[in-house]
Amino acid sequence: MSQQSHGTGSAYMVYGAILALAVVQIVVAITRGPSLGRMLVLAAIQAYLAVMFFMHLRDEKPSLRLALIPGTLFVLVMMNMIWADSFRLIVLRPFAK
Amino acid sequence: MSQAEVALDQGVGVMEERPFAIPSSKLVMWLFIISDACTFGAVLFAYGYIRNSAADWPLVFERASIWNSLLMTFILVSSSLTVLFAVKAAKADDRASAFKWTMITAAGGILFTILHVREWLSLIGQGARLFQNPWGTPMFGAAFFSVTGLHMAHVVGGVAALIVVGLGYRAGHYAERHIEIWALYWHFVDLVWMFVVPLVYLLNMKR
Repeated sequence: MSQQSHGTGSAYMVYGAILALAVVQIVVAITRGPSLGRMLVLAAIQAYLAVMFFMHLRDEKPSLRLALIPGTLFVLVMMNMIWADSFRLIVLRPFAK
Repeated sequence: MSQAEVALDQGVGVMEERPFAIPSSKLVMWLFIISDACTFGAVLFAYGYIRNSAADWPLVFERASIWNSLLMTFILVSSSLTVLFAVKAAKADDRASAFKWTMITAAGGILFTILHVREWLSLIGQGARLFQNPWGTPMFGAAFFSVTGLHMAHVVGGVAALIVVGLGYRAGHYAERHIEIWALYWHFVDLVWMFVVPLVYLLNMKR
C-alpha cells in the first residue's frame, strides 16, 4: 500500500505547478507558435508531476516503478516507427490523397 | 503435518507475498492504466500520422476554444485535487467527508463533459462531421472526434464509477482502497488531457 506520507501542502504545490505549466503552454503557443517539441516537453513535465505526486508512484516500491514505466515508454517510443510512412505519403502526393 | 495444516496454522508464513507490496486490485488498476496509456498513445500517433500526411490540414481553433480548453484543464486538475482529499478522508475513515469529496470530483467531471460537448456542438455547428468539414482534409473530424471522444468516454466512465464507489463507500459496501483505486484512474484521465490539449488544440490553433 502506498505510504501517502506527503501532506496536502505538497498536493497544493503540485496542483499549482501543473496549472502554471498549462498556462505557460498556452502563452508560449500564442506568442511563439505551438512548436511540437516545446508542447511535448511541457506536457511530459505535467505528466511526471501527476504520476509521481498525485498518483503517488514515488511512494511505491521501486520494483513497481520499474515494472510499469520502462515497458510503457518502450511501447510508446516504438510507435514512432510510423513517421517514416507518413512522410512517404507526403512524397507520393497527389496519388495518396 | 500436512500442507493444509501448515496453511491453517501459519497461514501468513506459507502464503506468497503481495506483488510490489500493493493490493492486487490496485495492481490491476495500474496494469489497466499502462495498457490504456498505450491505447491513447496509439490514437494520438494515428492522429499525428494523418495530420502529417495531409496536404491541407485545417487550423480551426479560435482563441475562444483555446481559453475554453484551459478552463477545462483547470476543472480537471482541480478534480484531481479533490479526489486526493477524498482518498485522504477515506484513509482517516471519515466516510461523510470522503463521500463529499468524491461527489465534488464527479461534479467536476460532469462540468468538464458539458464544456466538451459545447465545444463539439460549436464545431458541428460550423459544419464539422466525422468525415467532412468545410476547412480542409476530411480526416480532421475523424481525428479530432476520435481523440477527444475517447477521452470524454473515459471521463463519463470515471464519473459513473466515482458515483457508484462514493455511494457504496458511504453505505459501507466498499472499502477505502476502492476510493484510492478509482482516484488512480481519475488522475490518469487528467494526465491524458495534458497531452490532448497541446497536441489537438494548440497545434491546430488559428495563427
